[in-house]
Amino acid sequence: MLKVNNLHAGVEGNEILNGINLEVKAGEVHAIMGPNGSGKSTLASVIAGKEEFEITEGSIEFDGADLEDTSPEERAHKGIFLSFQYPVEIPGVSVTNFIRTAINESRKARGLEDMPANQMLKLIREKSELLEIDRKFLSRSLNEGFSGGEKKRNEIFQLAMLEPKLAILDETDSGLDIDALRIVANGVNKLKSKDNAIIIITHYQRLLEYIIPDFVHVIQDGKIVKSGTKALALELEDKGYDWLKNESVV
Amino acid sequence: MMDLKDKLVSSFLAFENNVDVDHPVHDIRSEAIKNFELKGFPNRKQEAWKYTSLNSLQKIDFSIFPKQINALEYKDVKRYFLHEIDTYKIVFIDGVYSSFLSETTHDGVDICLMSAALSKPMYKQIIDVYFNKVASKDESLTTLNTAFSKEGAYIYIPKNKMPKKPIEILHFATGNEAALLLQPRNLIIAEENAELQIIERHQSLTSNEVMTNCVTEIFAAKNAIVDYYKVQNDVKNASLIDNTYISQKSNSVVKVHTFSFGGKLTRNNLNYYQNGEYIDSTMKGVTILGEKQHVDHHTLVHHREPNCESHQDYKGIYGEKSIGVFNGKIIVDKIAQKTNAFQQNNNILISDKATINTKPQLEIFADDVKCSHGCTIGQLDEEALFYLQTRGIPKKEASALLMYAFANNVLESVRIPELKMRINRLIANKLGVQLGFDL
Repeated sequence: MLKVNNLHAGVEGNEILNGINLEVKAGEVHAIMGPNGSGKSTLASVIAGKEEFEITEGSIEFDGADLEDTSPEERAHKGIFLSFQYPVEIPGVSVTNFIRTAINESRKARGLEDMPANQMLKLIREKSELLEIDRKFLSRSLNEGFSGGEKKRNEIFQLAMLEPKLAILDETDSGLDIDALRIVANGVNKLKSKDNAIIIITHYQRLLEYIIPDFVHVIQDGKIVKSGTKALALELEDKGYDWLKNESVV
Repeated sequence: MMDLKDKLVSSFLAFENNVDVDHPVHDIRSEAIKNFELKGFPNRKQEAWKYTSLNSLQKIDFSIFPKQINALEYKDVKRYFLHEIDTYKIVFIDGVYSSFLSETTHDGVDICLMSAALSKPMYKQIIDVYFNKVASKDESLTTLNTAFSKEGAYIYIPKNKMPKKPIEILHFATGNEAALLLQPRNLIIAEENAELQIIERHQSLTSNEVMTNCVTEIFAAKNAIVDYYKVQNDVKNASLIDNTYISQKSNSVVKVHTFSFGGKLTRNNLNYYQNGEYIDSTMKGVTILGEKQHVDHHTLVHHREPNCESHQDYKGIYGEKSIGVFNGKIIVDKIAQKTNAFQQNNNILISDKATINTKPQLEIFADDVKCSHGCTIGQLDEEALFYLQTRGIPKKEASALLMYAFANNVLESVRIPELKMRINRLIANKLGVQLGFDL
């Protein structure tokens, strides 16, 4: 589904990603771990198409097509979703209206009519129940005055509504208490299928206790320095990231 | 061609042939024309007109009195009314009252014409007390209007009364003249405990030049509530100088919303004078401009008594080569302790060639007051744009959504839901997008 080949990318001449190789197939869950500033979030943003980053070498393929010159919205229409570490507040636009706009824009891009209102309402009801979201929450302005946990839950609600092929969760666990973490993880697990894939970007392995990854990759200095199974995450938790640094020197 | 100032001054004699020169108001007019003759049009050397020039307008050969009366079919102008709801309507076509398009009343309240109020004896007492009492006797464009004051809206709401529905004041220009100067004069009085809502609009239906120099006086007695909405979405060759003077007594609330989307040159002079305690003076504005449009908001709040509040919140979005001006003056007299005065002006420039000049002007002579002011000028937040794009919303729509969000809190205080929806749609049109919902 996703093929990242020797990806080099940066901002204004500063290289942040230093030759990333990553392949994600349908049905898989990948975790990307690494210390602060290692390039995890940059990788997520570059896959989602953030224009601020310049790709200097390598490529990103999605479903066999090169994503070069594809805008973030076109990537979204193709089925890539990025859950933000810091979701943006949009006063005056309710969660419901926002999600309706997002869904109908994607449908428009696929040549479909707007989703009928009753179908939309049914879908909203279904997905908000999945994430244990209060109905009142849906009429509030998007992310405005939301707690950290509410923002993250709202991100996963949008994920559930948009049903992307590839979901990238950037630090979704940060700012969540244990109950919220469980609800969010449950939601993600229920959305998992053999047809979609998930990339979890995280600093800690906490979330990985709830969403079990098939593969764990460690990024350091813009490069994947180690890949393994869930066991690698536990080892990292135990020994810290410095352990890998030392190892790579050897 | 005669200089516009000279033309106006010399037209005063002809004007006198059509008004009652024995009425006391005519003494006020005569004084006013003298002042205008002395001062002339304001120019950019004056601090208050530093960023707005009337030079090019003065070069236009405006007709001062329309030569013929035009009629309009309701179906042709329906869209300019808030037709979704029932309203009182005071409608003028090329400055002349249209009884056909209007719906006035004398049922407990007076919602009618300035020309009637100035000529009928039954209104004389009120005219004596209120006419030209808060409008400036010094500012040249106001005195120009006063000199030619004859027609406009006259609204009188007695104690404890509230009209059954909102009042619309509409001015249409039909293009009968190659260039037309209009000078409406409105007088609005809300007595104790009275409440009313007014929507004012100036609309040219032609590409001919139109310039409107309007003066509105508003008097709010104790506990009165006045909501005034100015919808400024005129065509490319229409210019507006709007002079609004408000006098408030204790516990009254006067809110003026100004929505500026259209026109060539618009100057809003909005002046509040607080003459009592526990007064709320609120002014809000949304300005969205493109092309070479120019909008200048000059506000003044004069706090003259203790324990009052004023709130100003103006948002502007400027594209292409448009120019915006915001100048907010707050005066707090020494006696006006415990004043709360807030002023906020936030702007987004969406083009490299757009300009905003923003300036707070605070003159505070009391020591126990809370005054705050803030101006910001920025661009759209790139991170927010990216966020919306990752949800599949195209960049153009995403920008519009962010601009909506930016302007939104100004709309919250609009108390007529249908008007709020209309403004939302105007904003969408102005931003060139069709969103799938009304915000």
